[in-house]
Amino acid sequence: MSALADDTDDESLGSALRRSTLLRHGVFFVALAAVLLVATYLVSPFHDYEIAGVAIYTIAAAGLTVLTGANGQISLGHGALMMIGAYTTSVLLQWRPGLPMIVTLLGAVVSTGLAGSIIGVAGARLRGPYLAGATLALAVALPQIPLHFAGVFGGNQGLNVASPTAPAALGADFPNERWLAWLCLAAALVTLFLLANLLSSSVGRRLRTVRDNEVAARLAGVDVARTQVLAFVISAVCAGLAGALFAYWVSITSPTGFTLTLSLQLLTAVVIGGLGSLTGAVWGSIILIYLPVLTGDLASNLSLSSDVANNVPLAIYGVVLVVAMLVFPRGLQGALVSLARQLARVIRMRGTVLPAVPSAPEQ
Amino acid sequence: MATRISRSRPWAVAALGGAATLLAAACGSGSGSGSGNSASAPGITATTVTIGSTQPLTGPAALGYSEIAPASKAYFQYVNAHGGVNGRSINYIYLDDGYVPSNTPTQTRKLVLQDNVYAIFSALGTPTHLAVVNYLNSAKVPDVLVSSGCNCWNNVSQYPYTFGFQPDYTIEGKILGQYIKQTYPGMKVGYFAQGPNDEFGTDGIAGLNDQLQGSGVTVLSPPQYYPPTAAGAAAVKSAIATLQLQGAQVIAAFSVPLFTAIAEATAAALNYHPIFVVSNVGSDPPTLTKILTGGALGVTLPAALITGMVSDAYEPVVSDSSNPWVQLFKSIKNQYAPSLPWDGNVFYGMNQAYTFVQALKAAGQNPSRDDLVHAIQNSHWRGPGLVPFGFSSSSHLGLLGVQIDKTNADGSQTTMGPVYTTDDTSSGAITQYTGTPATPPSNGIPSD
Repeated sequence: MSALADDTDDESLGSALRRSTLLRHGVFFVALAAVLLVATYLVSPFHDYEIAGVAIYTIAAAGLTVLTGANGQISLGHGALMMIGAYTTSVLLQWRPGLPMIVTLLGAVVSTGLAGSIIGVAGARLRGPYLAGATLALAVALPQIPLHFAGVFGGNQGLNVASPTAPAALGADFPNERWLAWLCLAAALVTLFLLANLLSSSVGRRLRTVRDNEVAARLAGVDVARTQVLAFVISAVCAGLAGALFAYWVSITSPTGFTLTLSLQLLTAVVIGGLGSLTGAVWGSIILIYLPVLTGDLASNLSLSSDVANNVPLAIYGVVLVVAMLVFPRGLQGALVSLARQLARVIRMRGTVLPAVPSAPEQ
Repeated sequence: MATRISRSRPWAVAALGGAATLLAAACGSGSGSGSGNSASAPGITATTVTIGSTQPLTGPAALGYSEIAPASKAYFQYVNAHGGVNGRSINYIYLDDGYVPSNTPTQTRKLVLQDNVYAIFSALGTPTHLAVVNYLNSAKVPDVLVSSGCNCWNNVSQYPYTFGFQPDYTIEGKILGQYIKQTYPGMKVGYFAQGPNDEFGTDGIAGLNDQLQGSGVTVLSPPQYYPPTAAGAAAVKSAIATLQLQGAQVIAAFSVPLFTAIAEATAAALNYHPIFVVSNVGSDPPTLTKILTGGALGVTLPAALITGMVSDAYEPVVSDSSNPWVQLFKSIKNQYAPSLPWDGNVFYGMNQAYTFVQALKAAGQNPSRDDLVHAIQNSHWRGPGLVPFGFSSSSHLGLLGVQIDKTNADGSQTTMGPVYTTDDTSSGAITQYTGTPATPPSNGIPSD
């Protein structure tokens, strides 16, 4: 966790530590992969399926964290970028049904990278609400395209995608859902590893400089527009990868899966989780998947009339989000970090073990 | 009856079925007192059968359709209160997918993997169910009585576990088309449908075209489409305005209730009064009246907007209180689900539940999942439907025909002409059905 939590304040770290970032992140992610591998065996196939969903949302939310958290550009159109990735995969599979997953994922990454660079160039000229508006337009307009080119994209009904089946080497009883969870977790860990390193590098510093003060960044020799386009491309590539995996996960790609709601959910995940932190993106994705499940169970356990019970999950979902933002304005990750700091302070004040290391400055 | 027989010699069966008893005990099914029932398949214990469904409880299709699953449940409760099926009570779990195809896969996996259902029953919606039909068939889960008239469910080689229920939209389109060409010769007919690439709309239009292309009426082109999303309302308004400009005198519609209501309201607002011919799923008068008069469209509109609407039905008209099925289902609704309105959706949900009970009885005392499939394929049972089912080992087509009806000023419906049957091919002839309607068993629970 610490490797992810620290990614925004590496300026305070010495150059020696920075040289070992790769190693530090590498060890952390290998250990995390081992834990998750065991976890997928301990849970039922349905929970494996949910874990795959968390991994997919994490990829998209982590990409959005780079764009919004680190670079300060708001996107209300990441659902549309996921849609580009999903449709790339689905159309490729329509064309060659047996295409290996790695090829379709790469195809999705390339196509969304291209789309992201075009949108990024336009976006670099826009600020704040105008950028939000432009990306919002993308989220609204893009789902119309499959309806107009129904021959290629399958119209409102969409394109079917065959769910990946576990290789025979794993045994006949190995659930396909666990295999899907492995694939999605692998993609998520690789993405998080690369993004964590990126945010710790000079690129990450440039992203944050542009976010904090464009004039200062320019004076320091940072090409603001180019940095913003770069952030958009990185972010779009993540959304595209997530979209491609999403196509395998739901096994159908249709415009109804990529409404404005999805874009808003991703932004919600990033903000609730903790803006600017990759760990926050993970928390946010867990909330996206599990909160509706919990509220649904809660609603069905209350004996309400069906008209009320059907809408209770949505209402609880909204209330939880509002309350969470009131109580944890810096997101779950922010709350956890400040909790850890308070604990550390309490321990220090008791005069025990810890040496007087100054805590990292609040951001 | 089967319940009686099994209970009359419980000890003999228990003595014979040592292995079965062990299995039941291992599965923790409490009453191992030897009713002859074993946990013969996923979702089946000695005392319960758990089945699941995905339904639009929220979202644009919820208006009307959200009543179907509670109605089915009410019928199952009635059956459970009268001894269940083969001594087992039916536990029916239905989850909300909001009519959004990308929600359906998660909810369906929850039912199959987590709730461990024996079968998926009455899963609603063409675009939504298409998202899971491959999964259910590869997992070999019976997928019975799908609440959609898409002819895609009748694909025995690709989907051996999937069965339709209502007449498919092509059958409806053909019989509605025959009525239009006989009743409105020389008129201009416009199409209004869910689409453009939605099987609901395209299957229906295919059936209409079979009868109307090259006949005495003029078919306007292109067909007008709406998407079943939040953006649909604007599309409906432009579609109706276009049909008015083209001078359509008859509008043949394949739409869900909300969008039928918007179409009728839009036409009235434009002072445009075509004859609406609406396929079954979008034409239930109580549902449309509730949408128009209840303010769901943002304004309160008169119920009279749907007077004169022509439609078709494969079930008895719900306003016909002399029909024994209507009497039976209405009394069950009043006892087990009094908060539900009395309309076509409720009748439909109970009709499906009745049919499922027939299938479960026919599947045997301790059925496997495949036994349910074989029971439906070999069935010749009749129920509330006006016509027989098309089920066989080579066809998973549901009910085979419909009867035309017209909506009166008080919201009741009057049937017109005979019941017709046909198939979903363009060459298949439309024939008059001469069989007699079935009557319900005295206790309201199918005996065969």
